[in-house]
Amino acid sequence: MNRFLLPMAVFVPLVVVLAVGIYRAPQKDIIASPLIGKPAPDFALPDLADAARTVHAADLKGRWYLFNVWGTWCGGCRAEHETLLEIRRANVLPLVGLDWKDDDAQARAWLTQLGNPYAVVAVDHAGRTAIDYGVYGAPETFLINPQGLVVYKVVGEVTHDVWTREILPRVPRAAFPGT
Amino acid sequence: MLPELGLFALVLALLLAGLQAFFGIAGPALGRERWIAAVTPAVAGQFVMVATAVGCLAAAFIGDDFSVRYVASNSNSALPLFYRVTALWGAHEGSLLLWILLLAAWTVAVAVGAARLPRHFAARVLGVLGVVSFGFLLFTLATSNPFLRLDPPAGDGADLNPILQDPALAVHPPILYTGYVGFAVAFAFACAAMLEGRLDQEWARWTRPWTTTAWGFLTCGIALGSFWAYYELGWGGFWFWDPVENASFMPWLVGTALIHSLAVTDKRGLFKSWTLLLAILAFSLSMLGTFLVRSGVLVSVHSFAADPARGIFILAFLVLMIGGALALYAWRAPLLKSTAGFEFGARESFLLFNNLLLVIAAATVFAGTLAPLISDALKLGTLSVGAPYFNPTFMLTMLPLMALLPLGIHAGWKRGRLSDSARTLLLTLAGAAIFALALCFGIFAHGAVLTPVGAALGAWVILASLVDPLDRWRRGLSLSRAVLGMTVAHIGLGLAVIALTSVESFTFERDVALGSGASTSAAGYEFRFDGVAPIEGPNYDGVGATITVTRGGAPVAVLKPQKRQYWVQHQLTTVTAIHMSRGNNLLVALGDDLGAGRWSIRIQIRPLVTLIWLAALIMAIGGAVAASDRRYRPARAPAAAPLPGAAGEQPT
Repeated sequence: MNRFLLPMAVFVPLVVVLAVGIYRAPQKDIIASPLIGKPAPDFALPDLADAARTVHAADLKGRWYLFNVWGTWCGGCRAEHETLLEIRRANVLPLVGLDWKDDDAQARAWLTQLGNPYAVVAVDHAGRTAIDYGVYGAPETFLINPQGLVVYKVVGEVTHDVWTREILPRVPRAAFPGT
Repeated sequence: MLPELGLFALVLALLLAGLQAFFGIAGPALGRERWIAAVTPAVAGQFVMVATAVGCLAAAFIGDDFSVRYVASNSNSALPLFYRVTALWGAHEGSLLLWILLLAAWTVAVAVGAARLPRHFAARVLGVLGVVSFGFLLFTLATSNPFLRLDPPAGDGADLNPILQDPALAVHPPILYTGYVGFAVAFAFACAAMLEGRLDQEWARWTRPWTTTAWGFLTCGIALGSFWAYYELGWGGFWFWDPVENASFMPWLVGTALIHSLAVTDKRGLFKSWTLLLAILAFSLSMLGTFLVRSGVLVSVHSFAADPARGIFILAFLVLMIGGALALYAWRAPLLKSTAGFEFGARESFLLFNNLLLVIAAATVFAGTLAPLISDALKLGTLSVGAPYFNPTFMLTMLPLMALLPLGIHAGWKRGRLSDSARTLLLTLAGAAIFALALCFGIFAHGAVLTPVGAALGAWVILASLVDPLDRWRRGLSLSRAVLGMTVAHIGLGLAVIALTSVESFTFERDVALGSGASTSAAGYEFRFDGVAPIEGPNYDGVGATITVTRGGAPVAVLKPQKRQYWVQHQLTTVTAIHMSRGNNLLVALGDDLGAGRWSIRIQIRPLVTLIWLAALIMAIGGAVAASDRRYRPARAPAAAPLPGAAGEQPT
């Protein structure tokens, strides 16, 4: 061995890391968000049910909730809607919706027709709040803890598997109602 | 028909690159002069073919040929002509083609310049460049064919990403890539030297201008990217430590080290193996950047469509290229002995520190960039690292670098007698300290601790750099371009340090809600909101606000920030209005419609931020001046040294 082999000795483990990175890349529909561990960005937006009322992010603090970015124009949102209703029925934590760049009347019709999984829906016409949350495209879902910190982010549909294997295990049992 | 012609041209370019690589490397190794003679025509042919392919793709864009998938995904019939041309490199496939075109152009330039170098050496350099070209062409054809047809053709295109619909797209990628690709030349020179098993001071002299030129382009490219992010993303940041920014910054840091290490190899015949390693590293990091951006292993605002197949291909290519070069290094570098020595305190020792600090800086950026990947691979969970990590660790290496720079410039080669220039150094340091104090307590009333330190070091670098050139100029002595360029680049660096350490502590930022006709004051400026009006562009509509800025009643500027909604992609973008006033950068961005004619508006006043990009430009100019030094142009035509019995006797 000589010291001239040292660069090679550094390079080989690096390749292994990169290879593992590629191998795992397809599973990365769960994208690490820079927001994870950080406070969920604040917002004050009109309530879909009653435009005169305002939904403040700050008011949501104090309990675990899922923040779901959706729109009636988004196919993935239609696909995940059944799971969202299931989450509502499980009654573990509330869903807060962000209706993103959408038509209010259409959004209300959608919820009446398909069932409303949300405790409250904030309306983001301009898309600024979605930008604050670093949303790439709907649907995206954020798990937020009682301190208002983003714990986990799902890019794309929330499926039954994502809900039971990725989201639920992150919520402490003590936070479940009735325990 | 044209797209098929383009594809065919790319296939021919691949074959020619293969020939260039084979003849360039095998020719000198086996001593076959005819093979060596075939290298230059292959280079020329490859360039013509790649240019043809680019031309065909450009024609598809200009002619709105939406039967080509790449055009359909990145253009639209409503897209202005200018952006239809620049959209060519707006996404993965086309930007790769641009990479290849620039590499082919550099190779032609090297082939022309290398006419004065020894034949075998020149052939090897071109051969290594051929390997790089071959790899990228194969990558394009195998995984990223830009000429792929859609059947049936799309009615209209999905449009260019609105963030990219900006004049900066015309210049930023080409200049940045020119820098990246330029390091391929330094890499090829290093590999050729290792293949030859010989590296002398002359080698360093040949390599220096290429490296310095590439470095200058990379400097400009990074600065342009930073400027673009500053005004396009709208919220006033000029550097985000994003993986893609880091990917361009790491080769820059190592390239800077390489320039200095080459100087030592050139002047004193030292640091030989270290110089080789840096040349390999600089280009490896350029390629790693390509890998990180395109493989989807890291998430970034710049990410191209992630595709694991591409990732595996680039990784395999990285293993072959970098692994091959490092193996060659392990085998050949021990042969390169430096006989000369130097004392501690001599210029060599300062340049050694420079190299160490720059490489450590690059390593910390590298560690931060790959931290998410490493923690993921080790199953430690996802982790992302941001400015709180990068800023302090980077400072930790940069501040000592700045402190040592003035000493290094005034130290002599070989012998460490810094006492000769102690008086000059102390005087300039005193001047710098006075400047820093004046800046922090005179012009600006407050500042973080870092600001006076950074300002003092930056000013010291500038003053100390000026002493010798001014002295020579006063005595009527000539100044070589190499020294002049170095001085200019160091002044640029000093300015950059002053600007970077000042900008954060003196920035003023405020979000206000204003109704039409209302005004607010900030840092001595009055901002009056004159309301919003609808706007319509060629492929977007939106709203534009008018904000009149005055200072003490005198008009300063009328700013018109916009919010645009692009029709095809429904993407909302902010267009920040920026005005330069007395060295201050006034920045106004339009936020939300709060109803009843009220809008939220973000106002930022940043002093000296323009200086950051100006400083980078000055550094790049310094590089250009230094690279043009006559010393680097070999005057003599080297004697062709055919090996005995080589020519004409081999079956061809």
